[in-house]
Order: sequence, then structure tokens, then C-alpha cells
Amino acid sequence: MAETSVAHAHQTQAAQADNGSAWDGAREPFKASYGKLMMWYFLVSDAFTFAGFLIAYGALRFSTPTWPEADFVFSSFPFIEGHLPLVFVTIMTFVLIFSSVTMVRAVQEGHRENKNGVVFWLFLTILGGLTFLSCQAYEWTTLIVKEHMTVSENPFSRHIADGIYLNPDSSEARNPDGTLKTFAKGDNYLLHKHDGKFEIPLVKYTSGEYAGRIMEAGMGPKAFGALFFFITGFHGFHVFSGVVILTIIMINAASGLYVARRNGYEMVEKVGLYWHFVDLVWVFVFLVFYLL
Amino acid sequence: MAGHQTYEEQKALVFRGLMILGIITVVEVLIALFAKGHLVPGIKFNEGFGHYVYMLFMIGFSLYKAYFIVFYFMHMAYEVRGLVMSVLLPTLLLVWAIIAFFQEGNSWGERREQLRRKNEEVVRPLPSRPQGFYRLPNSTSLRLPVAG
Repeated sequence: MAETSVAHAHQTQAAQADNGSAWDGAREPFKASYGKLMMWYFLVSDAFTFAGFLIAYGALRFSTPTWPEADFVFSSFPFIEGHLPLVFVTIMTFVLIFSSVTMVRAVQEGHRENKNGVVFWLFLTILGGLTFLSCQAYEWTTLIVKEHMTVSENPFSRHIADGIYLNPDSSEARNPDGTLKTFAKGDNYLLHKHDGKFEIPLVKYTSGEYAGRIMEAGMGPKAFGALFFFITGFHGFHVFSGVVILTIIMINAASGLYVARRNGYEMVEKVGLYWHFVDLVWVFVFLVFYLL
Repeated sequence: MAGHQTYEEQKALVFRGLMILGIITVVEVLIALFAKGHLVPGIKFNEGFGHYVYMLFMIGFSLYKAYFIVFYFMHMAYEVRGLVMSVLLPTLLLVWAIIAFFQEGNSWGERREQLRRKNEEVVRPLPSRPQGFYRLPNSTSLRLPVAG
């Protein structure tokens, strides 16, 4: 029923386009359907939301004397012990690029009215989305469970000046070979949690405005954890929504719904726009959180 | 609708996109690791002037990736000029948002000590006001003049 009425609507639209006036809505000044145009404007508004988040990240980062470095924070990899800075997140980026590429293929097959092609490439795109979400689940789990970063507590930080570590009784801490335990300005550190409490070491700075003072090398800026979870979470939620919508569109395509519409699988094109946007946002999340 | 390209050209575009986005990402990550001293021990340039050059390159690469995705994957290159402008021009507002908020954040950063002192400041309570100071004299008429 719905299919025939849509096809009918297209025929009347085509008939009107010949002699209708612009005020009757007969002509499309942007040569794009209503749905596609509105998808573009939705994406503009969504871009502003993400931009707001990322600009907030920048403003808070500028306002804080110290900020953890990405290559120190994001350096774990599944099943491999040790320090592999940025490797895992690069793989995540590749997963999204691949799923974007398979999405382009799905749209192209749609234009050729090739039902099996559309379903095949959409299926690969969904797999890519699910893989990305799994990677993100691993990344979050490591940060929360192993490293104890939450939205309100951030154990990652950097030293604001050169200095030496002290024992809890304020005597100088030494390495096993007898040398002083020193650190340099800008060195990253991660505080460890024991029995539900963070162990906060005493330090004595030897440079900078606090030179000579005994202080605690405290927790990192709270905003780092909060912004990380909110922004990557918001992006991850977009990926999740995308996977759900893609699944619906794939089932519709497989059922032959869009064959009847005879409009070059425009629904696939519209959800494709959304999916590419998710990849586009990741370009900037990747830039802001992991590269700068 | 991309009807201007043959099927072979379309498939070539997909491959080119994969290559461009992939290579740029790998180059970005390699530069990031190199800049922070992970590739060649002892060599880093993430301080001072080198850091600005580094940031400029990273932002440039990312903007190029964004341009490629929007114009070729999302077909913006083949849309009508009005549509392109109505989508791209509003994003220019973000330029000001970036300038304004980064300036603001920087200012918070510079005033941290001042803000901390202000927060810890103990304010002496004001001397209490004389009783009845604000009371109007009894003779004051609050009746409004009646029109006419």
C-alpha cells in the first residue's frame, strides 16, 4: 500500500515539475529531496553540538596548568602488556574509515538498483560499526577498571616543574641503586589505587615558582576524565544509533521495500550521510583527544 | 545522484578515498609519536615553536580529511551551490566560538591564583543598618493621582 502511494507521489511530482511554479513546491531549488536536505540540516545542528563539546575541551584545557598527554594515557592494547601509545586508537580510526568506505559502496549499488549489493555492503558497514563499539568498550573498561579514571576522578597528570620524590616521612626517596628519584617538568604520571584510596606521593620541586616546597603530586584535572567520557560517549552513542538505523535500513532493503520505490535507494543515501558524519566527527575527536 | 560518473570511476573513488584517509591517518600518528619522542629516543619537538608547527600540521591534515569525507563521500562536490553554502557557511560561526572560548579559557588559567585567593577571602560582615532606615515617613501618601 505505502509503496504504491510513494511511487505515485513521485509520478505526480515529476508531472508537476514541468509546469508548476516554484511557490507550489513543484521545483526543487537545491535539486535534493526534502528528506536528504533535512538530513543535511540535522547534521549541521549535530556538528554544532559536537563543536560545542570540543571547544569546551579546548577552553578547559587552556584554563588548567597541567593536562595529561594522550600518548601516555591511551597506550594499552588488548592481550599485550606494556606501552603502545596511540596504536589501539589508530586501529579504531581505521575501522571507522573502512566502514565509511563500505557505506559509499552501498550507496553506489543503491543507485544501480542492485539489491543484493546494497544488503552486502550495508552488512559490512554494520560489522564495522559493531567492531568500533567493541573497541571503545575495551578502551573505556581499561580506563575505568584498571586505571580508575571516572567522570569525577582523574589519576593521570603531569609534573608542573622539575623535582624529586619524597618518602611519606619527607625524606628523599631513592631508587634501588641509591640514586635520587627525580622527575622533569612535563613528565606524565598515573596515580595508583590501593584499597579504594589513591596513593598520592610527596614531591619537592627544584624549579619553577614552587621551587623548594614540599607538595603532593596530586590528582590530574577532573575535566579531562569528564570530557573524555562525555565526548567519546556522545560519539559512541551516535555510532550505536547508526548501527541500529543501518540494521533497519538493511532489513528494509532486503525485504525489497526500496525496489518498489524506484528512487535509487534514497534511504540508503540518507543514512549514508549520517554514517559519514559519524566518521567526520571522529576525525576531530581523534585530533583533539589523541593528536594535539 | 552521482550519475555523472561511470561505475568504474565510482569504484576508483572509493579506493582513492580509502588510500587518502588511511595514509593521512598513519602519517598523523607517526608524526605524533615522533614529536613526542617515541620513535627516535631523545628527539622530541613538543615544546615551544616546534609544538605550534606540529599543531598546525595536525589541524591541516584533519581539515583535509574532513573536506574529503564531506565533498566526496557525502557527495557535497556534486550538490547545488545553494545547498553547499547553506550547510557550510553556518559552520564559519564556529571560528568565532573557537577564538572567544579559547581566549576565555586562557584567561581563567591566568587568574587561577586570583580566583583561589578570592574564594578563600573572609569577608568582614557589614555593620547592621539602623532600624527603620528604609521606612517611609508616615506622612507619605502612596495614593496615585487619579486621572481626570
